[in-house]
Amino acid sequence: MEIAYFIETIIKIVVILLIFSALAGIGTYFERKVLAFMQRRLGPVNVGPFGLLQVAADGIKLFTKEDIIPTSVVGRIFKIAPVITAATAFMAAAAIPFLPSFTIFGYEVHPIVADINIGILYILGIMGVGLYGPLLGGMASANKFSLLSAARGAAVFISYEVITGLSILAPIMMVGSLSLIDFNQYQSGGITSWIVWSQPVAFILFWIAAFAETGRTPFHLIANDHEIIDGFGTEYSGMRWGLFFIGEYANMFFISFVISIIFLGGYGDGSFLGALGLLGKVAFFFFFFLWTRAAWPDVRPDQLMWLCWKVLMPIAVINIVITGIVMM
Amino acid sequence: MHNEHIEEHFSSRNVAEMPSDYYMVAIEDYPKDGWGKFKRAAKRAVKGELFVGLWVVMREMIRFDIHTVQYPAEKMPIGPRYRAVHEMKRLWESDTERCIGCGLCEKICISNCIRIDTRIDENSRKEVSEYSINLGRCIFCGYCAEVCPELAITHGGEYENASDQREHFLTFQDMLTPLDTMKAGAQREFEGFGAITPHEDERVKKTPLAY
Ligand code: SF4
Ligand code: SF4
Repeated sequence: MEIAYFIETIIKIVVILLIFSALAGIGTYFERKVLAFMQRRLGPVNVGPFGLLQVAADGIKLFTKEDIIPTSVVGRIFKIAPVITAATAFMAAAAIPFLPSFTIFGYEVHPIVADINIGILYILGIMGVGLYGPLLGGMASANKFSLLSAARGAAVFISYEVITGLSILAPIMMVGSLSLIDFNQYQSGGITSWIVWSQPVAFILFWIAAFAETGRTPFHLIANDHEIIDGFGTEYSGMRWGLFFIGEYANMFFISFVISIIFLGGYGDGSFLGALGLLGKVAFFFFFFLWTRAAWPDVRPDQLMWLCWKVLMPIAVINIVITGIVMM
Repeated sequence: MHNEHIEEHFSSRNVAEMPSDYYMVAIEDYPKDGWGKFKRAAKRAVKGELFVGLWVVMREMIRFDIHTVQYPAEKMPIGPRYRAVHEMKRLWESDTERCIGCGLCEKICISNCIRIDTRIDENSRKEVSEYSINLGRCIFCGYCAEVCPELAITHGGEYENASDQREHFLTFQDMLTPLDTMKAGAQREFEGFGAITPHEDERVKKTPLAY
C-alpha cells in the first residue's frame, strides 16, 4: 500500500512537471500570437506551421546557450535563484486538484499530488517564497538595475500579499476549510452555488492580487521597462534565465487554477463536462493575463502600493467584517 | 493642381479655422486637496476606462486587420528621395558613361571619400581612369548627387547589401548601369531631392501649427 502510494505520487509529480513545463513553452507561443493579433501584427509565422515550432526553436536555443556567470556576482546565490523561482512555482501545484478524480484501468486516480487540509495556506505560502528567486537573483547580480528591480519586487510583494490573504479569508470563512477539494465540493451544486456570487468583492480583489503575484502587466514592476532593462534577469543567460521564465508561466497557470477552483466552482460535480469547464475557466484566466498585457499600461510602484494599502486593503477588511456579520 | 495644394498648405496653417478631424482634448485641472483627489480616484474607478482599453484591443483582434510586412517576401516601396548606395548613369543616346570627370563630386564630398582620376585618351578626350567611393566613410549625405552637372552620379534604392567590409560594396563597374539594362531601356532616372513619394498627397495630414 505504502509503496503503491509512493509510486503513484512520483508519477503524478513527473506528469505535472512535464505538462506544465511544456505548457509554459506553449504559453509563450500563445502570448506572442495573442499580443501580436491585438497589436495588428502576425507574431511568429516562419518556424513550422503558423510558427508553432517557434517554441521548440526557443527551447533548443535556451538549452544550448552558454551559461554565463559574471565575475563579480555572488556565485552560489546567483546560481540558486532561478531554481527557487521554478521550484516554488511547481511546489505550489502540489495542493491543486487539476481535474476531478477519474478511473483508469480500474484504478482510481486523484489528480492532486497531496490533498493536505491546509491547501490554500500552503499554496499562498509557497508562492510567497517564490519572491526569493527575483530578490536573491537581483541582489546577487552585482548590477544596479537588477538590484533596483529586486527592491521594487520586494515592495510590491509586501503590498499584494496582504490583499491576497485578506481577500481569501472571507471565502475561507464561508467554506470552513482550507482544502481546495472542499472548496470544490462546496460549489458542486451548479453555477448558482459558485462563491463568486456571494463574494464578488473578494473575487475581484484576489484577481487583482493575482496580477501582482505573477508580476503580469498592470503590475509588471519587476522589469525595469522605463530603463529599457529587463530587471533582475539582466545578468542571466541560457537555461538559468529559462527557469525564471518557466516559473513565471507556470505560476500564471497555477494561479488561474486556484482562482477557478476557489471562486468559479472548479470542476463542479466531477463529471467530464465539469472537468472541461475547469479547463475552460483556466484558459479564460490565462487569456485575460495576455489580454491585459496588450491593453493596459504598467502602474508605478508607488501607485501600486497606494492601491494595495489605501484602497484594496480597507475594502478587503470591510468585506471580511460584513461576511462575518452575515454569517452570524 | 500640385501648386494649388502646396499653396493651400502654406496659406492656411491654422487648424482651428478649418474644418478638420482635429479637436482639443479636454484636460481637467489637477485636484489640489484630498477630497478632490478622492473624487478623481472614485470617478476613474467606476468610469470603466480600463474596459475601453480591453475592448479596443479585442476589437482589433477580431477585425484581424494585420499590418505586418513580411519583409523578405514583401517589401515596402521606398521613396524616390531615398539615398542608398550610389549608381552611375549612362547616356540614353550613346550608352556611354555620363561622367565627364569634372571632379565636383570629389571636391564637395563632405567626408572625403570619393577619389577620381582622369587622363587623356587616344582621341584626346578626357576620360575617367579611376573612380572609387569609400563607403566605409560615406555618410550618404547626397551632396555628390546634387552637385553633379551631368546627373551622372546618383543615389540608388538598393538597401539590401551585406558584407564584412563596407568598402567591398562597389567598384565603379558595379555602380555603372549595366549595358544590357541600357539596351532594354530600363535605366531608372533619379528623381532627386524634393521628389514626392507616390500618393503622398493622400497620406500627408496637416500639422496643427497654431499654438
Ligand atoms: S553621399 Fe556625401 S559622403 Fe557619400 S560620397 Fe556623396 S558627397 Fe561623399
Ligand atoms: S560631379 Fe558628376 S560628372 Fe563630375 S566627376 Fe563627379 S560624377 Fe563625374
